[in-house]
Amino acid sequence: MLDTGDNTEVLLDVNNIEVIYSSVILVLKGVSLTLDKGGITALLGGNGAGKTTTLKAISNLLRAERGDVTKGSITYRGKPIDRLDPATLVKSGVIQVMEGRHVFEHLTVDENLMTGAYTRRDGKAAIKQSLDLVYNYFPRLKDRRKSLAGYTSGGEQQMVAIGRALMSNPETVLLDEPSMGLAPQLVEEIFGIVKNLNEVEGVSFLIAEQNTNVALRFAHKGFILESGRVVMEGPADELRENPDVKEFYLGMSDKGRKSFRDVRSYRRRKRWLS
Amino acid sequence: MLDQFLYGIEAAMNGLMTGIMYSLVALGFVLIFKASGVFNYAQGVMALFGAMTLVSIQKGQIPFYHLINATFGTDIKYFGWEVPALLAILLTVCVMILFAWLVERLLLKFLINQDPVILFMATIGLAYFMEGFGDLMWGSDLKVIDMAMPALGIPGLPQGGSLFIENATSGLGTDRFFGFFIDKLDITAAIIATMLVVVLTVFSQYSKTGRALRAVADDHQAAMSVGISLRTIWVIVWSIAGVVALVAGIMWGAKSGVQFSLSLITLKALPVLMLGGFTSIPGAIIGGMIIGVGEKVFEFIVSSSWFGDAMGFTMNATENWFAYVLALIFLVFRPQGLFGEKIIERV
Ligand SMILES: Nc1ncnc2c1ncn2[C@@H]1O[C@H](COP(=O)(O)OP(=O)(O)O)[C@@H](O)[C@H]1O
Ligand SMILES: [Mg+2]
Repeated sequence: MLDTGDNTEVLLDVNNIEVIYSSVILVLKGVSLTLDKGGITALLGGNGAGKTTTLKAISNLLRAERGDVTKGSITYRGKPIDRLDPATLVKSGVIQVMEGRHVFEHLTVDENLMTGAYTRRDGKAAIKQSLDLVYNYFPRLKDRRKSLAGYTSGGEQQMVAIGRALMSNPETVLLDEPSMGLAPQLVEEIFGIVKNLNEVEGVSFLIAEQNTNVALRFAHKGFILESGRVVMEGPADELRENPDVKEFYLGMSDKGRKSFRDVRSYRRRKRWLS
Repeated sequence: MLDQFLYGIEAAMNGLMTGIMYSLVALGFVLIFKASGVFNYAQGVMALFGAMTLVSIQKGQIPFYHLINATFGTDIKYFGWEVPALLAILLTVCVMILFAWLVERLLLKFLINQDPVILFMATIGLAYFMEGFGDLMWGSDLKVIDMAMPALGIPGLPQGGSLFIENATSGLGTDRFFGFFIDKLDITAAIIATMLVVVLTVFSQYSKTGRALRAVADDHQAAMSVGISLRTIWVIVWSIAGVVALVAGIMWGAKSGVQFSLSLITLKALPVLMLGGFTSIPGAIIGGMIIGVGEKVFEFIVSSSWFGDAMGFTMNATENWFAYVLALIFLVFRPQGLFGEKIIERV
């Protein structure tokens, strides 16, 4: 769906943001990234790099965790969104799927999906149509629609979480670590569906992932985050061919050890790769 | 012996009716606890405040008349009109909603993400504040509930034993059994409480807002992520809890007058919660019934002459402590309560 001509419109523009938790813990030290209309941007990096914090800064779920954007700006379609509450943001088409499969455990799969339509005002028929669409993309969920979400499998819960976000009829989905804790086959399945949603329904995705390999295969653009800073960025296929990325993030090397920024961060990266 | 058995059943039935009132108060706690993680110590005071407001509005009492009199040296108390019961109930419901909104604005909003203990302390403060505020607004004199609604042909809340039940059951035992004595007020209270629970259940299961309430109870963060405003939900939940408190306040108030001791039903709701689990609505309801029935039947047994003959002693006034001892036993053997929410293990 990505428009490759000159007229790509930047939907989401995160410009040099700094985030501080509890007024003292500086976590993001100037992060910039963009998401094009109809595009998939991958936000990569190890555990604790600041991916979740970045997504929450955009969706404004940060304040509930006593985090604050203290510098920089975030614009969506050219308008600043830093001060909007999550509900307003959902209404304007940006919704986050949180990491770790936050489903409503004591609600059925059906009810979980319906909560995604909470902010919609376009009538029952339109919502029903979205529900059918979601079940169309996630046929597994249809079989389990009456089960409590807490009793479904990890993969199904991830699908519920994504499906629930789709129910808001979003233009942009911020997807946090969809691969977390899932078997490789399921990860492929879910990314395949995301790709489909992107190409057929035109939904744009900003995906935070530790699984660099999978994410770069499905994304158009990638940003690599390390200790709250973007250390590398570019088109996904270029990143995949980049020798440093190959060595540090894709776990393959043909030139022996290479220092990407310094040895210390190399060791750290090695640790989460293993 | 048959008579004794029948009187035992009578005690159980009376207990059931009182128990439903306990359930109602406990229900208010559970609603708020589930939605906001706040243990609302003020629930009992809300019942008192609701009942006070209702009676005062009915009588056309001027709010803060004490204060006005003290400031301006006047001697006023009433507007000089009486408000029909139904309209007064509606107005009181509005007051309870306004109260919920104020609590959110002035209290909860600033305490998001704080420790549960801090929130709990805030509600203790709220309870004492409301108690004083209620007195200041309406005066601390004992008030009598009068629910006559002539327009609907309702003469008021029924009082006294139900003759119908008494007559219908008097043939069950020997000559010394006179039929079940059951207070009509208790029956009315039980019916209204049941209706309230049914309405709440339907609302929470089948409406969009109800679904959002349950979503918030399950996972605050995820609820926020789909655009549910926690603050709106809190106002709704506190409003519902306020209305539940009002109903409890009317019923208890009709029994014993609207006065300070009404707020102490909070303390009776505590053991109910320990029994039923803090997060379970069915738990609150059944827990209340178990405690209501349990305390009456226990009292009946241990104070009876045949118990005395068999054991060599009898006990009285066990109703004061029975609920707490039962709750303690539960705390030791089943801390999550009878119906404490199933903790779903992730696969
Ligand atoms: N609520 C919080 N308060 C303080 N520090 C936090 C909070 N959430 C995350 N952090 C810290 O911020 C850093 C980045 O975390 P996060 O954004 O979750 O990284 P990632 O999603 O890339 O694993 C980590 O060091 C983490 O400990
Ligand atoms: Mg994360």
